[in-house]
Amino acid sequence: MSMRLLRLFGGRDTSAPVARERLQILLAHERGLLGQPDLLVTLREEILAVVSKHVTLDPDKVIVRLERGKSVSTLEVDIEVPNDFEKSKRSERRMAG
Amino acid sequence: MAKVLVVTSGKGGVGKTTTTAALGAALAQGGKSVVVVDFDVGLRNLDLVMGAERRVVFDLINVVQGVAKLPQALIRDKRLENLWLLPASQTRDKDALTDEGVGRVIADLSARFDYILCDSPAGIERGATLAMRYADEAVIVTNPEVSSVRDSDRIIGMLDSKTVKAERGERVKKHILITRYDPARAARGEMLTIDDILEILATPLLGIIPESQDVLKASNVGSPVTLNNADSAPARAYVDASRRLMGEEIAMVVPVERKGFMDRLLGRRAA
Repeated sequence: MSMRLLRLFGGRDTSAPVARERLQILLAHERGLLGQPDLLVTLREEILAVVSKHVTLDPDKVIVRLERGKSVSTLEVDIEVPNDFEKSKRSERRMAG
Repeated sequence: MAKVLVVTSGKGGVGKTTTTAALGAALAQGGKSVVVVDFDVGLRNLDLVMGAERRVVFDLINVVQGVAKLPQALIRDKRLENLWLLPASQTRDKDALTDEGVGRVIADLSARFDYILCDSPAGIERGATLAMRYADEAVIVTNPEVSSVRDSDRIIGMLDSKTVKAERGERVKKHILITRYDPARAARGEMLTIDDILEILATPLLGIIPESQDVLKASNVGSPVTLNNADSAPARAYVDASRRLMGEEIAMVVPVERKGFMDRLLGRRAA
């Protein structure tokens, strides 16, 4: 409703600036390091390998997301760690010992 | 020694073939000897846009493979005696083109012409990389639209890395040609502006071809738009672009349609 009012009273429907901004952000990444096609897959595998040394993980519960911004991008790593991981580790050790 | 130009874009349907025909004819009208070469193997269309489709006997692949001699495959334009066409094959596979074979043909053409215009196929595969391989200069055809600008950026990257010039540490001279531009829509903020595109692609501008019905009319009858209706807005824009390619300094304006009295009276849209 408010958008429609804005358009009615003076505000023009200008989509070109949106196109321009989307392109600038996209191309900045495609030209650089972050444009590597397999970057997220590589990051996910290597993060999984490091964390798995210390904690037993379900590989499907490791989620890596990249949000591309104009000046900075955020890499979000979401790892679901089971609450009883210490217990299970300890019981494994006890059984082994 | 000829100047080798590739007309390229990455994206399909932006006007590469129209541009090759129009610029080729405009350069020939400017007194240069010109050959336009179709690299779109399997989907040739430059012959059709040039109106020479019924005169094709041999093609680029026949010459590359040595089945035909170059003079047998070259087709002279019916309207301009210093404009020639080397068509692509319609039946062969694009893998029939080899780097060395294309290099030989370009070297042969180079001895006979002032300008060699290579009409690239869409995409970034073999046909497109071979079309740009021996280029001295590139005309990157871009529509004021996000996907076209993105693909142009990709092609610019390839021109800077995959051409013979780039491999020798030299640079392919690059030009942006904006086609299907609608100044009114850009002014209303509905279309990327010329400045937006040039800033994003960081490449100099060769010309602005306005959106126009004359382009379709010309391809309907098989004539480069510069020959079919020399007074039309796109024809004048292509002639200006060809003169800039030949080194002239020409002010950058967007040609507009000249409306007739009846059109004005009836408020008819010309573009």
